[in-house]
Amino acid sequence: MSEPLIQLQGICKSFGDTRIYHDLNLDIFPGETLVIMGGSGSGKSTLLRVLMGQLKIDAGNVLIRGRTLDEMNRGELDSWRKSVGVLFQSGALFNSMTLRENLALPVREHTDLDDETIDLMVQIYLQLVGLREHIDKLPAELSGGMKKRGGLARALMMQPRILFYDEPTAGLDPVSTAQIDELIMNLKNKMGATSVVVTHDMQSAFKLADRLALLFDGKFAAVGSVEEFRTTTNPLVRQFVDGRLEGPFVNPSDQCSYKAQLLGRKINEVPHGQKTT
Amino acid sequence: MRAAIEFVGDFFYLLLDTLRAIMPALSNGRGRVLAWRNIWMQMNRIGVESIPIVCLVMFCIGAILAMQIAPELARFGIVPVTADVVALATFREMGPLVSAVVMTGFGGAAIAAEIGTMVVGEEIEAMEAMAIDPIRFLVVPRVLAGMVMMVCLTVLGDLAAMFGGLVASALLLHLGALQYVHHALAILKVGDFLTGLVKAGVFGVLITAIACFLGLKVRGGAEGVGLNTSKTVVFTIVALIVVDLIFTSVFFYLGV
Ligand SMILES: Nc1ncnc2c1ncn2[C@@H]1O[C@H](COP(=O)(O)OP(=O)(O)O)[C@@H](O)[C@H]1O
Ligand SMILES: [Mg+2]
Repeated sequence: MSEPLIQLQGICKSFGDTRIYHDLNLDIFPGETLVIMGGSGSGKSTLLRVLMGQLKIDAGNVLIRGRTLDEMNRGELDSWRKSVGVLFQSGALFNSMTLRENLALPVREHTDLDDETIDLMVQIYLQLVGLREHIDKLPAELSGGMKKRGGLARALMMQPRILFYDEPTAGLDPVSTAQIDELIMNLKNKMGATSVVVTHDMQSAFKLADRLALLFDGKFAAVGSVEEFRTTTNPLVRQFVDGRLEGPFVNPSDQCSYKAQLLGRKINEVPHGQKTT
Repeated sequence: MRAAIEFVGDFFYLLLDTLRAIMPALSNGRGRVLAWRNIWMQMNRIGVESIPIVCLVMFCIGAILAMQIAPELARFGIVPVTADVVALATFREMGPLVSAVVMTGFGGAAIAAEIGTMVVGEEIEAMEAMAIDPIRFLVVPRVLAGMVMMVCLTVLGDLAAMFGGLVASALLLHLGALQYVHHALAILKVGDFLTGLVKAGVFGVLITAIACFLGLKVRGGAEGVGLNTSKTVVFTIVALIVVDLIFTSVFFYLGV
């Protein structure tokens, strides 16, 4: 295989007493689509923040094309960020700006293109996500799914070759979901984009992924191809993929802590020695 | 205590970052037009709303000062000196301070709430992820606009207070308008006017920077926005008074 584009090496991170990652390792290769799965609150969104250099980690290294993220200077970090398009969980459109202004902003800030060209680009990308008739609306006037598609269009404006999607289809109707999936596939096939997709949607995950990774208890519990995930006997993966109730996967923040609370005991004395909050 | 020191330290870091970002924000080729347009927008938003309130409040303060002082001065038979006192108190102290308090209520609270909401909506993160520096893009225009508008507001407020004092003097103290103006102009030195304006500029920076700082520090949803918005108003007023005290003592020692 080629050189990895992004390498995560032994990442550890806690917020106060809450340990999010301990010893997280993963390589992401150019041109692949990596789907990251994991329970709510397992640190998927936080991981994207780490990859963008927006959050200090406690230990470990993030390498971008072999270069440590921590050691990058302002300019290097900026050019890394410019080369990545990020779709945030909520879309993260600027609420004080119309869709048009939202999309134009990054291009205005970072290039010397004239206003007409930028406006043309805005229209093209809005057309691509099916929002062109809403071009002059404020985000408050759009539905959740439309905001997400707007956020996607904005992420594409700088023509990034690397894309991070945080739950791109969560909360969307099946048709919109299929549209977004199609779009992600096209970006990969036509532009050879490298994508990291965080999703709960098994169907999308299997459709999009070259590889899948399951984040559990601060580590990647399983990393493998679609085939491997379909056929594995790993109980954790099975439970997650099949969406079953019983299994090793417990939502860390509910079951254990409430048991502990009810029993008035310390959390780490909870049965099956599960380390949680 | 430790938390308080950290808090103030963090705030100074923000101020430093802001200073550092001012030149690039205004001079680098492409962002320049946007930056100036942004400052203009913020000046409108932060300052213009406050104008009528500042004028009203300062008019009343001028009148109040005149009425409070006149009886005392009358005992010595120097009622016309009322104008001197109103003028000095206004230009050196009340003008900048009261304008600043009004701007804190309007501009400061609005900025904190706005930026706090942006934090909650992942907007700041999105901005960073697009390699747009929130300090340069959000903080610098607000701080510059705050500085300029504070100076403008103070000039207007000073005039309104002088007018308030004049009306009260004319109606209640039988002090002629001409005599009042004459006295006021005679006592005021350029230094009085300038120290007031320097203070005003610093207050403007303080108000907007604290608001931006607490806005960026918002955590945890709408509740956090509300909390930091009210914190902004309280902290800013305390900071204004403390800085005012420092300025006044420095001016006192320097004799200006
Ligand atoms: N800035 C922060 N400060 C404190 N805790 C945080 C912060 N960001 C995230 N967390 C916590 O980290 C955990 C993982 O969050 P997140 O990455 O958003 O999860 P998800 O996998 O659902 O996207 C959550 O328990 C969250 O409360
Ligand atoms: Mg998330």
